[in-house]
Amino acid sequence: MDSADVAIIGAGPAGLAAAETLAAAGASVVLLDEQQMPGGQIYRGIEAVQALRRQTLSLLGSDYAAGATLAKALRNAPVDYQPGSMVWDVSRDLVIHYSREGRSQGLHARHLLIASGALERPVPIPGWTLPGVMTVGALQILLKSDGLVPRVPLVLAGSGPLLLLLAVQLLKAGAPPAAIVETVPRRAYRSAARHVPRALQGWRSLMKGRRWIRTLTHAGVPWYRGCTNLRVEGADRATGLAFHHAGRTETIAADVIGLHQGVVPNVQLTRLLDCEHVWDASQRCFRPRLDDWLATTVDGVSVAGDGGGIFGAVAAEWQGRLAGLNIAHRLDRLPSAERDRQAAPMRAALARERTVRPLLDTLYQPPPDVLRPADEVVVCRCEEVSAGRIREAVRLGCSGPNQAKSFLRCGMGPCQGRICGLPVAEIIAETRGVDLDDVGYYRIRPPLKPLPLMELAGLAADNDPAQ
Amino acid sequence: MFRRIDDAVRPAGITIWFEGQSLHAQAGDSLAAALLIHDAGAFRTTPVSGAPRAPYCLMGVCFDCLVEVDGVPNRQACMIEVRDGMQVRRQHGPAGVADDG
Ligand SMILES: Cc1cc2nc3c(=O)[nH]c(=O)nc-3n(C[C@H](O)[C@@H](O)[C@H](O)COP(=O)(O)OP(=O)(O)OC[C@H]3O[C@@H](n4cnc5c(N)ncnc54)[C@H](O)[C@@H]3O)c2cc1C
Ligand code: FES
Repeated sequence: MDSADVAIIGAGPAGLAAAETLAAAGASVVLLDEQQMPGGQIYRGIEAVQALRRQTLSLLGSDYAAGATLAKALRNAPVDYQPGSMVWDVSRDLVIHYSREGRSQGLHARHLLIASGALERPVPIPGWTLPGVMTVGALQILLKSDGLVPRVPLVLAGSGPLLLLLAVQLLKAGAPPAAIVETVPRRAYRSAARHVPRALQGWRSLMKGRRWIRTLTHAGVPWYRGCTNLRVEGADRATGLAFHHAGRTETIAADVIGLHQGVVPNVQLTRLLDCEHVWDASQRCFRPRLDDWLATTVDGVSVAGDGGGIFGAVAAEWQGRLAGLNIAHRLDRLPSAERDRQAAPMRAALARERTVRPLLDTLYQPPPDVLRPADEVVVCRCEEVSAGRIREAVRLGCSGPNQAKSFLRCGMGPCQGRICGLPVAEIIAETRGVDLDDVGYYRIRPPLKPLPLMELAGLAADNDPAQ
Repeated sequence: MFRRIDDAVRPAGITIWFEGQSLHAQAGDSLAAALLIHDAGAFRTTPVSGAPRAPYCLMGVCFDCLVEVDGVPNRQACMIEVRDGMQVRRQHGPAGVADDG
């Protein structure tokens, strides 16, 4: 089995910054990512877009173009970067199994940095399983990776900065949405107002948001604010979005509907390792418990970037460097005084990045009927389990997500609860009248994604000393 | 449902097959993107109710893009690139998960 000082999972801003830092300190680094190119979610496809697709590069904006620096640093650093590698198992003795080009292989590392980023929060509303309904992130992926924009009417619905950013990007691409249906309640503006002074310290993000709103308003994109009761219409594909607005029910015809309610940490790997997790009430998600150096409660395992709590791409990069410094120190490649000296300005930059979060978290808090959908709404897309059946199971004595699994099979499908994990936990907590920390989360088991049996057999043969 | 932005450089055109029909694609496209351009409709039907599904997340999370590629089922169309001559079929029924142990 191969071995390395450090294995990093995820080649987004956090993983790339950490790889650069650790390679500079002389550590041997293996960087694994399921995607074919570096960049993670924010900088997805950056190398190809920069080299080949000038128009796409300019309409994606300068925040996206900034990713080229990190990608270039990777190509110049002595890092064993293995694209197209899907990590499907990690054990506490830091043996990592991953699948690459149809073959599974093992790797032993002295330290593991998980930089697997965020997932979009699921938006379980009636009709969300119909073809044509996608996440806003999915629509952005089509734009970044494949240069595609909708050529049929599109509605963007929900809330959050990413929704507005995509609307601006599509507008610049000549494919503006037919409408934006925003779910931010009026009272959220009032509660968010008190966070404005602090957020002004991170004024750049605020200015950016203002610019997006101005651009969209100027272009005359229809914008419905304070909407509730969203419902996708259609029988075997989406044909429109219905919602309540200003005391009336409106319907907008659309073949593509982009939903968004922010992003949440991807905890599959930290759950698999059984790291301790805490419920974050302001971001309404679980995140791994981390110390000042971003180490988890499992020895040798750290987390950098949005996988440890949502603070955005710039913070992810600083966290990658910070975690990298500490791992270099633990590998005896950096004295503690030097580590602390280099870390000080990074901590200051991180603190600045965080100032805007309370404002965003308050303003864009997902509405209650997205967190805990109505009885008829399918929550587990794989096994088609509705919210009502989960509530019924709780009344029959099911007390947590793992019991719900055996009662109803929810979370047993190929997605392993990546989609339904949070809503299932929220519904159980509400029905039982207890805290999310008491309800917990699905137990995650390997493989993280379905693997062909053939591939597992191949791995067993590789590891058989008799061969 | 989708169209390409007019970028200056165009990679090579290739042909893939979906349910026996030939479709034009570009090298570097994800399989999901190539199918979405051609309005391929449902990518799979669910094992429980037979409901039609198409990509939701495009980042490997939801598994609603599962198709059969060159006879191998359970492939995530959003995570693989097109290859010339690729044979693709809708997936019906359960996704085989190798976690029975
Ligand atoms: C779809 C989407 C689009 C986004 N777009 C933007 C944007 O345009 N602007 C913005 O400011 N923020 C965006 N974000 C927010 C995002 O979280 C950024 O803040 C930033 O990308 C986080 O960086 P990161 O390094 O923590 O993780 P990411 O950039 O998410 O990188 C994580 C990487 O880990 C890999 N990975 C995960 N699990 C595994 C595994 N098991 N095996 C192998 N590899 C794995 C993934 O393939 C991914 O490349 C987006 C988020 C999402 C989900
Ligand atoms: S579209 Fe969600 S996994 Fe491919």
